[in-house]
Amino acid sequence: MAAMAAALRGPVARFRSRTRAWTRGTRGAANAVGAAQLGKKVAVADYVEPSPRGTRWGLGGTCVNVGCIPKKLMHQAALLGGMIKDAHHYGWEVTLPIQHSWKKMAEAVQNHVKSLNWGHRVQLQDRKVKYFNIKASFVNEHTVQGVDKGGKVTLLSADHIVIATGGRPRYPTQIKGAMEYGVTNVALECAGFLTGIGLDTTVMMRSIPLRGFDQQMSSLVTEHMESHGTRFLKGCVPSLIQKLPTGQLQVTWEDHASGKEDTGTFDTVLWAIGRVPETRNLNLEKAGVNVNPENQKIVVDAQEATSVPHIFAIGDVAEGRPELTPTAIKAGKLLAQRLFGKSSALMNYSNVPTTVFTPLEYGCVGLSEEEAVALHGQEHVEVYHAYYKPLEFTVTDRDASQCYIKMVCLREPPQLVLGLHFLGPNAGEVTQGFALGIKCGASYAQVMQTVGIHPTCSEEVVKLHISKRSGLEPTVTGC
Amino acid sequence: MVLDFVVPSPQGSSWGLGGTCVNVGCIPKKLMHQAALLGQALQDSRKYGWEYNKQVKHNWETMTEAIQNHISSLNWSYRLKLREKGVAYINAYGEFVEPSKIKATNKKGQETFYTASTFVIATGERPRYLGIQGDKEYCITSDDLFSLPHCPGRTLVVGASYVGLECAGFLAGLGLDVTVMVRSVLLRGFDQEMAEKVGSYLEKEGIKFQRKFTPVLIQQMERGSPGVLRVVAKSTEGPETIEGVYNTVLLAVGRESCTRKIGLEKIGVKINEKSGKIPVNDMEQTNVPHVYAVGDILEGKPELTPVAIQAGKLLARRLFGGSLEKCDYINIPTTVFTPLEYGCCGLSEEKAIEVYKKENLEVYHNLFWPLEWTVTGRDNNTCYAKIICNKFDNERVVGFHLLGPNAGEITQGFAVAMKCGLTKQLLNDTIGIHPTCSEVFTTLEITKSSGLDITQKGC
Repeated sequence: MAAMAAALRGPVARFRSRTRAWTRGTRGAANAVGAAQLGKKVAVADYVEPSPRGTRWGLGGTCVNVGCIPKKLMHQAALLGGMIKDAHHYGWEVTLPIQHSWKKMAEAVQNHVKSLNWGHRVQLQDRKVKYFNIKASFVNEHTVQGVDKGGKVTLLSADHIVIATGGRPRYPTQIKGAMEYGVTNVALECAGFLTGIGLDTTVMMRSIPLRGFDQQMSSLVTEHMESHGTRFLKGCVPSLIQKLPTGQLQVTWEDHASGKEDTGTFDTVLWAIGRVPETRNLNLEKAGVNVNPENQKIVVDAQEATSVPHIFAIGDVAEGRPELTPTAIKAGKLLAQRLFGKSSALMNYSNVPTTVFTPLEYGCVGLSEEEAVALHGQEHVEVYHAYYKPLEFTVTDRDASQCYIKMVCLREPPQLVLGLHFLGPNAGEVTQGFALGIKCGASYAQVMQTVGIHPTCSEEVVKLHISKRSGLEPTVTGC
Repeated sequence: MVLDFVVPSPQGSSWGLGGTCVNVGCIPKKLMHQAALLGQALQDSRKYGWEYNKQVKHNWETMTEAIQNHISSLNWSYRLKLREKGVAYINAYGEFVEPSKIKATNKKGQETFYTASTFVIATGERPRYLGIQGDKEYCITSDDLFSLPHCPGRTLVVGASYVGLECAGFLAGLGLDVTVMVRSVLLRGFDQEMAEKVGSYLEKEGIKFQRKFTPVLIQQMERGSPGVLRVVAKSTEGPETIEGVYNTVLLAVGRESCTRKIGLEKIGVKINEKSGKIPVNDMEQTNVPHVYAVGDILEGKPELTPVAIQAGKLLARRLFGGSLEKCDYINIPTTVFTPLEYGCCGLSEEKAIEVYKKENLEVYHNLFWPLEWTVTGRDNNTCYAKIICNKFDNERVVGFHLLGPNAGEITQGFAVAMKCGLTKQLLNDTIGIHPTCSEVFTTLEITKSSGLDITQKGC
């Protein structure tokens, strides 16, 4: 959510210390609420530029409206489809085949999103944070100007300004239309649930899946999707999209490996080729705020301060930060406490856990195997791993080929855990506690000393005993 | 060599290699729990756009057949594993006759004798009966439930141990009419605030509770599969009696150690006469040096499969592998797989207060709403998270409690963190994974001592 907290200057009164958080997203709200709770006069400016298709949304930012929340709900819808089929094996007499109504699902999801928009407005109101639905940009380093939908201009000035304008999807400039191209976690998550609700889905990728993530795990993620009905066109790049008389889209692409061209017909083409930070229209230069010219992200220090000491940036718009909701929220809260609450606590961006909510979920925290090896050298890294089968898959005879766990440790005793990678059901739920273990400096020995909870998938982590180095078969057998 | 023998239950149930967990415990329990959860998922799925037949019935026989097939495969894989490792497996009932000699009696009554220099007893437990008229003839226990050839129908569960509540939970989830009769408290030994929340949820799911009653008579009204039973129960607080009619009565009133008829007295192994449990030292050694014990029969140790497995593994390594490592029984996590699962690690609030005193503790808690429950309109103030911290040790987390979906999956990692000395500050410093239930632990702010309201809103 782009919330901009701004202190109001007007004919009404003069305010001594004001804070303006210019945030778009939950992070902005968190910061605004935090600052307001500490007694500051705060305003938030949030505005959603309609997408090329005209899509807009309310208060709450990407996460609430067009990110984590609707994504996880649609992922759940897809998972439920799988559960209905499972139920049959467990004795439930469901008449197959089953149908899915997109309209019903989308409506249910949007109803929840709207309730969250409302919840955020109420929260801001309760904390007496002024909310402006204006498209704001800098006039100078203490003043921001915004135009509302009706064209009315508002001028806001403040002692402190926080920018949390987030990002928006990138569009390929030379091609019109949309197609699943590029394989970020956004792409795979969407392809995953679309397949799960019964749609014929193809993912076109230029090079590797889940760039930045552990590549062995990323391959297992896509392998699972492929064996469950999602088609992959690897090493392909689209060159042309045309609308056919039927209303469908014809896509032409080039296969880089063979050099050949191919075409396909689709009802929808969904771009998920990355996101661009929302910094172009802020007139940052008028405030003297620097961006990294390569990626247009705002350069910040450990205090989240920009090149201008009283202007801050948090969330996806800030350079070098994980593009995750909870990090943005936490950074915002801590910032408010540092500015007005006499705290000096800085945000810790290391070992941030995350989860990719693909049909088979991938949760991870810490270093990937490649990163560990690059940092410490192969001889100093020990990787313990296991293929396991969730108990619930047994009765349904579900394919567990990609249910896999790997723990990357330092080889030297006590074998500090550097990273954990879990591919399986409920990966997010599993990974969170282990992230805490890593934060506590867990060693392999300590993980092994912990007794497992039986029967769960997560207990397989505390039972890992086969190292990659041993070359032994890592498949778990037995109860 | 392994001697394993299952004395058939009063109802005639028996099973293969693998012990309670595999055959009549964790494994079939979790699978039936899953069957019940899938029933819930079927209902939820309609709100997410799925469309199929309005009335979906559950077929008990289909389910138990599928589960028994899986169990058989596990029995088989254990036999294979023993064979692969060159371990002789004797399907016979073992008893000590001399300090280094046991008598093994098979199904046919044939006796064979074996000697060894070291013995490990892991005979586990069997369900207790009430000792009232009709209990052994007409009641079933968890020994019988998972292979019951017919649907149990309208069921009375006697007992509110986790066995009782888990069974009641999944039976209700499969659509059966379930009543739970409780003599005193729910989930004895567990955090009682959490136990009551578990109970409330079961009630909301339609399970009836008869609290402070205990059965005194069970009569068969009609034979059948299932038949019809009449149960008379007496109040624990006065002369009141109640009667009920059920198809099945499932007793879950505790388990008894299988230690009284294995000749321990012949070789001088001491047991706790009252409980039947065997006291051991921190090396799992009984008072007789060459006799060890692991698992549910140990006095003062948690009755959990992974604990037994871990203790057994480490014992073998100490006896024959030159290891010195002992089993760590501190902060052992567990989960009660009731319809709404309860995961915990460390101390209950009552125990923490007893050990540390109330003023030295800070309890952080919150209600939370799983995202997946929003669309289905399930209550937003049911799931609950609580941590108990020791103020005088850096707010070290001494108790972790969670009531919510996938509690087992969530609790495991936190158990590792507690082993590594988890503190509230470390929780504060850790980023949550969004959107999940587990992230609630990284944002706990409200303490019980503040008295603030924890009722729910927002993303």
